[in-house]
Amino acid sequence: MSNDVYVVGVDMIKFGRFPDRSVPDLGAEAALMALDDAGLAIKDMQALYCGNLYQANAMVGQRILQQIGQTGIPVVNCANACATGATAFREAWMAIKAEVYDLVLAVGVEQMGKGLLGGGGGGSGIPKEGLLGGGTMPTVFAEAGMEHARKYGTTFEQFAKVSVKNHHHSTLNPKAMYQIETPLPEVMNAEMISYPNTKLMCSVNVDGSAAAVLCSERKARELGLMSRAVKVRASVLTSDPWQERDLVMPDVNTCTRLAAKEAYERAGLGPSDIDLVELHDCFATAEILHYENLGLCGDGEAGRFIDEGHAALGGRTPVNVSGGLLSKGHPLGATGIANIYEVTTHLRGEAGKRQVEGARIGMTHVIGLGSACGIHILERAG
Amino acid sequence: MSEAEARPLPAVDYLKIPADGDPYLEGSKCSACGAIFLGSRKICSRCAARDQMETIRLADTGTLYTYAIVHRSFPGVDVPFVSAVVDLDGGGTVKGNLMDIEPDPDRITFGMPVKVVYRDALGRKDKDGNSYLSYFFVPRE
Ligand SMILES: [Zn+2]
Repeated sequence: MSNDVYVVGVDMIKFGRFPDRSVPDLGAEAALMALDDAGLAIKDMQALYCGNLYQANAMVGQRILQQIGQTGIPVVNCANACATGATAFREAWMAIKAEVYDLVLAVGVEQMGKGLLGGGGGGSGIPKEGLLGGGTMPTVFAEAGMEHARKYGTTFEQFAKVSVKNHHHSTLNPKAMYQIETPLPEVMNAEMISYPNTKLMCSVNVDGSAAAVLCSERKARELGLMSRAVKVRASVLTSDPWQERDLVMPDVNTCTRLAAKEAYERAGLGPSDIDLVELHDCFATAEILHYENLGLCGDGEAGRFIDEGHAALGGRTPVNVSGGLLSKGHPLGATGIANIYEVTTHLRGEAGKRQVEGARIGMTHVIGLGSACGIHILERAG
Repeated sequence: MSEAEARPLPAVDYLKIPADGDPYLEGSKCSACGAIFLGSRKICSRCAARDQMETIRLADTGTLYTYAIVHRSFPGVDVPFVSAVVDLDGGGTVKGNLMDIEPDPDRITFGMPVKVVYRDALGRKDKDGNSYLSYFFVPRE
């Protein structure tokens, strides 16, 4: 029998703002939902990998078990910026791939404040934000988008169309933070945060959690879980290779290209085999870059890709049918497992109104600035 | 007159203010692979060579690589401002504010020549009341 790894249970809570709840509480809810989805119990799990960023020093995984069952299993807490959830999932995958365990739980959870992320500039002396340029996330990704505009003439309107599309998709997703249409003029005329990203082109800071139960092939067959199982065809994590500008301009492109190449090679697949993609649209500008980085279109064709509707539900390669980070929301540590939930749900044919018809293979992608890129390719098993 | 009043401090450590000369930006160049970095360092993150770094003076001219126009920032930060990534002539990339230009995408062109200028750090002082000198970019003819 192969050492392939399967997702046999997965779920996420509806993203939102839950200031009265705790991080372990939110994580425990998703963990129980994923266990229920698999028809398994916490006592069946042999290890827990927990992704959380803002309480990375606070044993979140163990505190989840203190809520749902302290079985004494190994717990690893991990943080990897916005790739945190994907990293936890990948560690779980690796533990099974290495044949150390048969059943592992991965949880991603985050509780977010409101407002701008990044910048600050720390250190001694005087504050640097707005003195040495901008370091907020909307600014970093605006500069990355303008680099694309410089190379290929990509327009503000094309970037804005990404947000129109993803907000539209989220009207079909009851677990998204928002279910609101945002027509193009509304997106373009929203408050400008960092040109070319308006407020409606920035991901939503929300609280959320998601969890997955991963299983060896042997165990999945033994437990009769193969009919709804989804196979992990590739799991890849990269950091950012040296680029000439990356000490002043974080590079989200090269690490994504590196990860995509390796993921396609490991899966023995190409971009044309992918039926849907959940990619890291932390800002509308970022989604445009990743069409090309993931090979969904050729270099310089991303503007046309959005213009011609190829990334929309019903298009050639639907992207972020969940609503994406822009409208579903972006609880940093949960995002990488929430996108596993989205793709798995489509591969099972259970995505309701937003179902990508006949989806057999899907891809998830996240970027943690600094940088980390996590990519997974999933395939329907049944 | 005290020392602190007489001489501003550099806003970042790669900005050098000689006692007898003009301020400049300092970089390091790897003599093994040619990669250029801001400030001083010992190991090259491009080729991993050790102890091959030579300290260099970066140019005061360059071209605009990319930018963003920042309209919302942290409390106390004046907006809008242009956050600019500039490729310096002769190598090295620096980020800073592009000044003396309308913060309007129709006025800003990729590849436009810019000059590095050294000015007071927008009136920002540290908790001891020290003034700082920073660097900015301005359009160049
Ligand atoms: Zn070198």
